[in-house]
Amino acid sequence: MEIKSITLVSFGIFEKSLLKTIETDVSMAFRLPVKLAEGRTELGLFFNGERRQYDANQLLQIVNEHYTAEQEKTCGLFTVDLFIPILTYIFGQAYLNGRAAIASNYRLNNERYALPVSAELLAQRFSKEVIHELGHAFGLVHCHNASCVMRSSTYVEDIDQKSSQFCKNCHSLLEK
Amino acid sequence: MISKNSILIVDDEVSVRDSLCNWFLEDGFEVACAEDASKALNMLDTANYDIILADIKMPGMDGLEMLRRIKKIKPEAIVIVITAFATVDTAVQALKDGAFDYVTKPFDPDDLSHLIRNALKQINLTEENERLRTQMVDLVQVEDIIGQSEAIRSLLFEVEQVSQSNASVIITGESGTGKELIARAIHANSPRRFFPLVSVHCGALTESLLESELFGHEKGAFTGAVYNRKGRFEMADNGTIFLDEIATISSKMQVELLRVLESKSFVRVGGNKTITSDFRVICATNRDLKKMVQEGSFREDLYYRLNVVNINVPPLRERKEDIPLLADFFVQKYCTSMSRNLVKIDQSAIKRLMDYDFPGNVRELENIIERALVVGNGKEIKMKDLPLSREVPADKTESLDDLEKQHIRKILDKYSWNISRAAKALQVDRVTLYNKIKKFDLSQG
Repeated sequence: MEIKSITLVSFGIFEKSLLKTIETDVSMAFRLPVKLAEGRTELGLFFNGERRQYDANQLLQIVNEHYTAEQEKTCGLFTVDLFIPILTYIFGQAYLNGRAAIASNYRLNNERYALPVSAELLAQRFSKEVIHELGHAFGLVHCHNASCVMRSSTYVEDIDQKSSQFCKNCHSLLEK
Repeated sequence: MISKNSILIVDDEVSVRDSLCNWFLEDGFEVACAEDASKALNMLDTANYDIILADIKMPGMDGLEMLRRIKKIKPEAIVIVITAFATVDTAVQALKDGAFDYVTKPFDPDDLSHLIRNALKQINLTEENERLRTQMVDLVQVEDIIGQSEAIRSLLFEVEQVSQSNASVIITGESGTGKELIARAIHANSPRRFFPLVSVHCGALTESLLESELFGHEKGAFTGAVYNRKGRFEMADNGTIFLDEIATISSKMQVELLRVLESKSFVRVGGNKTITSDFRVICATNRDLKKMVQEGSFREDLYYRLNVVNINVPPLRERKEDIPLLADFFVQKYCTSMSRNLVKIDQSAIKRLMDYDFPGNVRELENIIERALVVGNGKEIKMKDLPLSREVPADKTESLDDLEKQHIRKILDKYSWNISRAAKALQVDRVTLYNKIKKFDLSQG
């Protein structure tokens, strides 16, 4: 099925400039029009008191069920700390070759690591993670190319190492 | 196309299964899930998975029991045990039962990546090991035993037949025929090939040294025995022991050897503990053991114990058609080891090699080729490079004609076939020399 657009649904308060940067970066990466939307879901329902984090599996399910449409891919943007039962945290996740993805900027901010605040760095990191998760939704798996945006990242330093572009191989897979 | 690695996730919690499944799919793995141990075991009956991730606490059969069962069916399986309730006891038990690793959930995304990377490294190493073992076996089989003659083909057929059994073998044959190679080929093709082939050159050791070499010794057993030392029989456990020049062992050693072969157990020199070892015996000799038995110098009971199968390696003169092949093989071998370009062997040199009887067999041919490469011009091995180039086999020089022919050829070679100078040296005229050349069908080559 031909994908005609991408929708970014924000769940939480984001700077307008941040959203604009992500919109532009995602549009350039996938060469598709990108729409911005606001999510109306009550996130408290997905809060796990024991772990003091938000259940990423359930959030992904909500985005998939309520915010997706035919011929488009959707990424939910969050400001909360995401987890899946087996891992201590995640930056985001997606249904491989599915319609939905989610990403959070909670652990991307320099302040969390006692480093100087940098809105620019935060925007870059968040863009990369959103593109990465949408890449999965487009059917791409992790890539071993060090500069490819599809390279797996477990720390923010890993995100900083890679670019926001797809490598040649991932790009050609995306084109198919 | 690179095949994907596969992972089986066994966990009763659907959210855990889904999370892991999603994570590994994004990482490019093939993923399958099972909600309990019995379903996982059924899946393992029909499919092969590179890595198995299993929860410990599951209804019905728990993860540790499943781990034990998997290891029984497939000892090389990589099973990673996951639990939310970590205790030292379960961790120790899991590792004792053969788990590759033990992790407590939830874990860091980076830990999961490391865990899987290590598991994949282990899989690659195991596969590489298996591949190298296969290559090693092929090397012994294919590269070292050269020949296409009927004699060598039937010899290889015998080797193949004998390899699969556990019977003792005596390899007979003249010196230099390659008896040790045959022993290695038997071992390399046998089910014991993944265990050692231990060689003992019985002729090179005195009686007391041989005893200590074969049975090992305890510290202080004799002067110089400063450490406990394993004997060759002990080292050959599950493998093969090759006793070269078996005919040279003393009567005392013959008795000792017979006892060990019968009981497969022995005591180290200076020790009192009985050691058992499961080995196969292959012996070699260039002597006629049967004759030695008749003469009383070799024990009959030992002879029959060793001589379950007899393989005779034919001398090179009985398989002359293999000489060009062997010569080429040695040229290639030495050119490679001397880092030189491959040289050719001149046809006349090949002919001369074929004429020769090789009392030293393949070993002598090997030495001749090595020498020719050292003294030759580096482009081609010619007749003059062979130390036997002017020799005619002794048994053919019985008649006066043969002697005359040999002498004329020697003189012609000496004067590079200058007829006038050769005739002068032979003190005959040129016409006579031409007639002799015609008579004896001599040619320059």
